[in-house]
Amino acid sequence: MSSTALSSVTLSHLDWLESEAIHIMREVAGQCSNPVLLFSGGKDSICMLRIAEKAFRPGRFPFPLMHIDTGHNYQEVTDFRDQRAAELGERLIVRSLEDSMARGTVVLKSADEPRNKHQSITLLEAIEEFAFDACIGGARRDEEKARAKERIFSFRDEFGQWDPKNQRPELWDLYNARSFKGENIRVFPISNWTEIDVWQYIERERLALPSIYFAHRRPIVRRSGGMLPVTAVTPVKPGEVVEERMVRFRTVGDITCTAPVESDADSVAKIIAETAITTITERGATRLDDQTSDASMEQRKKEGYF
Amino acid sequence: MSAIDPIEPMQALPLEDAPDNGLLRFLTCGSVDDGKSTLIGRLLYDSKTILADTLHAMQRTSEKRGLDVVDLSLLTDGLQAEREQGITIDVAYRYFTTGTRKYIIADAPGHEQYTRNMVTAASTADLAIILIDARKGVLAQTRRHSYIAHLLGIPQVVVAVNKMDLVDYSPEVFARIKADYLAFAGRLGIENIRFMPMSALHGDMIVERGERLGWYEGPSLIEVLETVPAVHSAHTEKFRFPVQYVCRPQDSANPELHDYRGFMGRVESGELAVGDAVTVLPSGLETRVRDIQVLAESLPCATAEQSVTLLLEDEIDISRGDMIVKSGELPTLSKQIDAMLCWLAEAALDPRRKYLIRHTTRDSKAMLAGIDYRIDINTMEQQACERLVMNDIARVRFKLAQPIFADPYAESRGTGAFIVIDESSNNTIGAGMIL
Repeated sequence: MSSTALSSVTLSHLDWLESEAIHIMREVAGQCSNPVLLFSGGKDSICMLRIAEKAFRPGRFPFPLMHIDTGHNYQEVTDFRDQRAAELGERLIVRSLEDSMARGTVVLKSADEPRNKHQSITLLEAIEEFAFDACIGGARRDEEKARAKERIFSFRDEFGQWDPKNQRPELWDLYNARSFKGENIRVFPISNWTEIDVWQYIERERLALPSIYFAHRRPIVRRSGGMLPVTAVTPVKPGEVVEERMVRFRTVGDITCTAPVESDADSVAKIIAETAITTITERGATRLDDQTSDASMEQRKKEGYF
Repeated sequence: MSAIDPIEPMQALPLEDAPDNGLLRFLTCGSVDDGKSTLIGRLLYDSKTILADTLHAMQRTSEKRGLDVVDLSLLTDGLQAEREQGITIDVAYRYFTTGTRKYIIADAPGHEQYTRNMVTAASTADLAIILIDARKGVLAQTRRHSYIAHLLGIPQVVVAVNKMDLVDYSPEVFARIKADYLAFAGRLGIENIRFMPMSALHGDMIVERGERLGWYEGPSLIEVLETVPAVHSAHTEKFRFPVQYVCRPQDSANPELHDYRGFMGRVESGELAVGDAVTVLPSGLETRVRDIQVLAESLPCATAEQSVTLLLEDEIDISRGDMIVKSGELPTLSKQIDAMLCWLAEAALDPRRKYLIRHTTRDSKAMLAGIDYRIDINTMEQQACERLVMNDIARVRFKLAQPIFADPYAESRGTGAFIVIDESSNNTIGAGMIL
């Protein structure tokens, strides 16, 4: 399926993006002693696994996979996560926000509070537990304003903090992954991809996805100007009306703050067609927690978030 | 600032049958005053990349600031500190596609104290758009931006004479600016320059040609972006393959893999085909290419910017930091380098200290052997100089502990570039281009 056979000297845009991402992953393997790849079962990290295969097969991945589980994930996604790791024969580490809550290091204001921002604490605890010196993640620069200015190799101090005004200069394809003990480098191989690049890549490589990315019938309520699926952690509130709608998820995260969009797209090709004509950004449509402030992502990244 | 139309229905990209002309990275140089943010906003808006919720957020912010039109430049200020101060302090990357080509815009701040940011943005750009305010003509910053674009080897330069609406779309003004620019560009040796009149505010000659620049017969900006050749299209390029990682899956249950040795990396320049004779550096041993692989697929050849795995005919000891080249096209093996260096750190370059130089996938300790001169980037004058501080650009000499396999930067960016790292902080503190 890959169009890497060459008839001209110009790589297609997907070939170029893939090649850049492979190069970045191999730099991590070459420069870091104990990296980890964050894998959630979401579409971006599914692309990352494909890139890792192209970067390292027939060898094993030079890093384990890790998921920071908020306990607010869709079962379809965590099942997919486990199945994919098993198919690849790679080691999967799962660290759970609920363990941090039991330890008392994560304290929620209320039981139904969105848990995305608290993931940072569990992530930092896991980094310390395993002494990871680099974490490879699937964040993209087109997702959000603060990400647009973040390096591909992004240095974090002992507290996991990102300092946007004091980033390492990053020139050519000469990446600097050096760090001292306790510090950490976050690496984003698909920084230069957009949402539609991800979908085109999924189609080209025929990558399997969790079923909730495709149109399905689901009970929802309208809340905070968006659609919220009715689940065990997001029960119906008094006065709300439950509707059955055809929906799909553009992004899969914490159930309490990840909204689906109405759609009939039941194949990757139909999703690409919809994405090309959408009028709403991925986060705008689906992340209820990013709308509080123009700078909320920047703030969370400074606190150690991916 | 720009008044923009109400949201139009989005158009589907012609994804199915459109040719894929790859990806182009370009750099916009100029200050907010030149209309740089408006130009970027215009490209994103006219290519229908700005989506409704982003536009609504911009509208809200514009209203909060008491503006009666939507400020397109809001798209390009990212960080909280930047919004507070109304300035750009770092390179931001933006994306759009025309359906036939994907674009990555590196948006670098234009002030003198941000030379290091422009150098960073320029290092990966294939084309530079240098903005000139038609009312002001060629300024010191125009020369500075042009010099850096040239120094960093950006192969294509577009000089965009913007704000033509404020000089009555005058062909005489355009011609005079063009002549002024060519006068100093000739002294620098800049080639492949295109000149273009435009009004980013009104959208003339960006995506649409508009009706007020009828006297200009050249291409619009988007036509240039869509048709400039890919960077590595020259067939004379030499093949360079720095080894990033060696794949030896010995523990595999598959006996066929027992002797597998895959040399993994990205082709920095040139092309390679199965059967070609290659030389491995630093050992100098020669062999032939047995296979070129990506995952389970075997390719007949590999080309610049492609990440592949090479399998060789003979068993040769190769590790990260080595380089595979075509026999007969060897780079220079050297422990001494002459280079142009841009200093990026707050702390000055200390001639007594040892630094780390990273060139391709190879690191070496290095010491400064001398500073030949510093360049005044506003006047291009060479000045005698004892020390380098942040944003300085100078011609220097380094002594290396380990040899590197280098080409002149002007011939090969991938094997002519290096960074300087401070081992006490691990920070990247310098960017060098080998002469």
